[in-house]
Amino acid sequence: MKRFSRLFITLDQTTKTSAKTVALAEYFRDAPDADRLWTIALLSGRRPKRTVNAARLSEWAAEVAGLPMWLFQSSYDVVGDLAETIHLVLPEPERTSDRSLSDWIADIRALSTQDEADRKAAVLDAWTRLGGTERFVFNKLITGGFRVGVSRKLMTRALAQATGIAEPELAHRLMGNWTPETTSYAALITAPDPDADLSRPYPFCLAHGVEGDPAVLGPPDDWLAEWKWDGIRGQLILRGGQHHLWSRGEELMTDRFPEFARVRDFLPDGTVIDGEVLAWDAASGQPMRFAALQTRIGRKTVPKKVLADAPAILRAYDLLEHDGTDIRARPFAERRARLEDVLRDLPPEAPVQPSPLIPFDGWDALGDIRATARDHAAEGLMLKRADSPYHVGRKRGDWWKWKLDPLSIDAVMVYAQAGHGRRANLYTDFTFAVWKGPDLVPFTKAYSGLTDEEFRKITHWVRRNTLERFGPVRRVPPHHVFEIGFEGIQKSTRHKSGVALRFPRMLRWRHDKTVDQANTHDDLLEMLDLYG
Amino acid sequence: MVLEFHDEGIYCPAGRFYIDPWKPVERALVTHGHADHSYPGHRHYLTSEAAAPVIRHRLGDIDLDSIPFGRTRDINGVTVSFHPAGHVPGSAQIRVEHGGEVWVVSGDYKTTSDGLSEPFEPVPCHAFITECTFGLPVFDWRPEEELAAQINEWWQANRHAGRMSAIGAYSLGKAQRVLTMIDPSIAPILTHGAVENTNQVMRAQGLRLPETIRVTPEVTAKTHPGALVIAPPSALAGNWTRRFGTLSTAFASGWMALRGVRRRRAADRGFVVSDHADWKGLNAAIAETGATRIFATHGYTTVFRQWLESQGYDAQIVQTEFGDDLIDEDDAEETAA
Ligand SMILES: [Zn+2]
Ligand SMILES: [Zn+2]
Repeated sequence: MKRFSRLFITLDQTTKTSAKTVALAEYFRDAPDADRLWTIALLSGRRPKRTVNAARLSEWAAEVAGLPMWLFQSSYDVVGDLAETIHLVLPEPERTSDRSLSDWIADIRALSTQDEADRKAAVLDAWTRLGGTERFVFNKLITGGFRVGVSRKLMTRALAQATGIAEPELAHRLMGNWTPETTSYAALITAPDPDADLSRPYPFCLAHGVEGDPAVLGPPDDWLAEWKWDGIRGQLILRGGQHHLWSRGEELMTDRFPEFARVRDFLPDGTVIDGEVLAWDAASGQPMRFAALQTRIGRKTVPKKVLADAPAILRAYDLLEHDGTDIRARPFAERRARLEDVLRDLPPEAPVQPSPLIPFDGWDALGDIRATARDHAAEGLMLKRADSPYHVGRKRGDWWKWKLDPLSIDAVMVYAQAGHGRRANLYTDFTFAVWKGPDLVPFTKAYSGLTDEEFRKITHWVRRNTLERFGPVRRVPPHHVFEIGFEGIQKSTRHKSGVALRFPRMLRWRHDKTVDQANTHDDLLEMLDLYG
Repeated sequence: MVLEFHDEGIYCPAGRFYIDPWKPVERALVTHGHADHSYPGHRHYLTSEAAAPVIRHRLGDIDLDSIPFGRTRDINGVTVSFHPAGHVPGSAQIRVEHGGEVWVVSGDYKTTSDGLSEPFEPVPCHAFITECTFGLPVFDWRPEEELAAQINEWWQANRHAGRMSAIGAYSLGKAQRVLTMIDPSIAPILTHGAVENTNQVMRAQGLRLPETIRVTPEVTAKTHPGALVIAPPSALAGNWTRRFGTLSTAFASGWMALRGVRRRRAADRGFVVSDHADWKGLNAAIAETGATRIFATHGYTTVFRQWLESQGYDAQIVQTEFGDDLIDEDDAEETAA
């Protein structure tokens, strides 16, 4: 694992993309096939499953290190990463090992069939044989949490440099259902069989956000607009008499959304559609709140009641494959017309419907339409250049998302908690409150949105102004006002304030406001009325 | 109690003096020159002889008296003395004896020798007020030679690649320690003004530091190819390094032991070089004092106190305003003159 560990150190310690690409390309040229394949898998999120549970690993590490469990746990709270905590508390090993990445992964996978005593013996033995970063990497693999700061795109670029295969082609080959156990380096990369995986999705085309005025995008006639829905981006594939539904995170969601089984009655084989999975309220003809869709996520099987309460549909944006032909290079306007053709004669109860294009007359008029997005249960607009191909990944220029500004409220910070991992030595997790008469009612937590410099300043203040400590949490006097932004608000019985926010974060530190200028609980309830 | 914990700082009621107070007082005994221990505005200062020049340099025209390490002084019937803390050159622990009872304030300390600071001296006492900046078992420092080799290897590799190197280190203590670790035969060593000013004070005191070149507008990557720049961490974050073109950056700090912090600082390298004791160092130092009463401050106090209690000590937490280091070791740097 020495070669892989060296690669990991290089990737982990530099922030420069060019240095990462060089290191990866070099690795892809030199490493044995089995290691290359596992590295591609790891860097595309195909991590081996966790084979030992975290509690056991913690106990074993504490035992080897001679620490009481509470102290190990407190250390873990600060470090924020189990694999790293274990690595840091264990004594330096006396031996080393020449086994490769794939050898160690084979061992890790084998643990799942062993009994606990054997597992423990194997893990403890590994800890005495893996030095330095190798042991950290091993722990990351065994806890199923291996991640390194390399995007899929960067990895694909390095692989393209090492193999001479074009990047978009590689990106497509790397999509889908494969794991290192089901394929080989040759079958996946150098000599793939196009029919080997009929479920394989296309890489998703993604958009950047519009900054400022969309007029800079040029003549409005070059552009098509549609609603940006707040659901799960999905790709529906019909091939070989089967259907498959993929999420943008490349998760196969077919079983989670059984309603899509019916599309085989309506749509021909050789069809691939890009769209948004939404929980649909047929009565109002609008998507339900995201909370409804949430009842469907994370379930492998769906009870009848949930299925009836939150039925899903796909609002189709784009057609990627038509009659078995990849049409991603065709202009969007043409793909869109073909999509409408394909969906034309579908009955209204079909779970796939085109997401309507929004006709508009100039950028100003479109701005007015965008302002009504919440009335349509949309997050804003998507702008797509009419002649654009369906790109691989996030490319500037042809696709833009033009989201609504978040909802916001001014709130008072009342509790602070230290972060972990990246921010182990800073106070970063805050609880915010609004006024209810003379009292401050906590209503949300937020931990992102400030710069490191601002976090340092607030940490300095928290340390000097602690009123009370509850374990890692400190109560502080009401003094600082922050503007809290959020994407949605809903009723909640679990929260004292009666509301729960979606994606709360700090938009800015309002140095210009005193605590009595913060918003009130009534303001929150009014927002719940309007947007909940 | 020989010492009490007041809003202004640690106070000796019998001797009517404070130790490292953070609010202006009549008489202050100061452990060392870092900004979170030596505040401006006191009427009289007493420090170790070795720490005095740097404290004068930082605080300007103050009424400062100093005594050599180990020498006792009577203050209103209380016996005080300064003992090496091994944290930075001149840094002291302060021993306070009254009515047969001995208390020691550790200030900041480290137990391993860095070849520059006067080595840490265990001082037997009844009560020990200890810092615990790195009071968790995940902090376990590597030997000095190993760290030195890491830094030199990195510098050498950069020089071969035609790049300059820059290392962010506290201008008082860490910077000089790095200077003694690096191999001056690799290429020239350049210093930021804040670092070089402290170097001058220390050289005048007789400390042996390698030759350094102060960065002035004429000093660039062209005039000193492959050089190593030593600067306060805050300078590395700003525009100051721009004159050197693309260069490899590193930080030297105990926090670099944590991958998360290392990644946040977004430097090319993080060297785990700390001026504070690690977990083993803290435990060994406390055991060596023979003290039964321990006051933990400056760091992971809650966890550390609980640990000490489980080891049979009578342990408490005291709130002090030391420890900007907890925010980041470079923070105190920005507030220092
Ligand atoms: Zn210090
Ligand atoms: Zn300090």
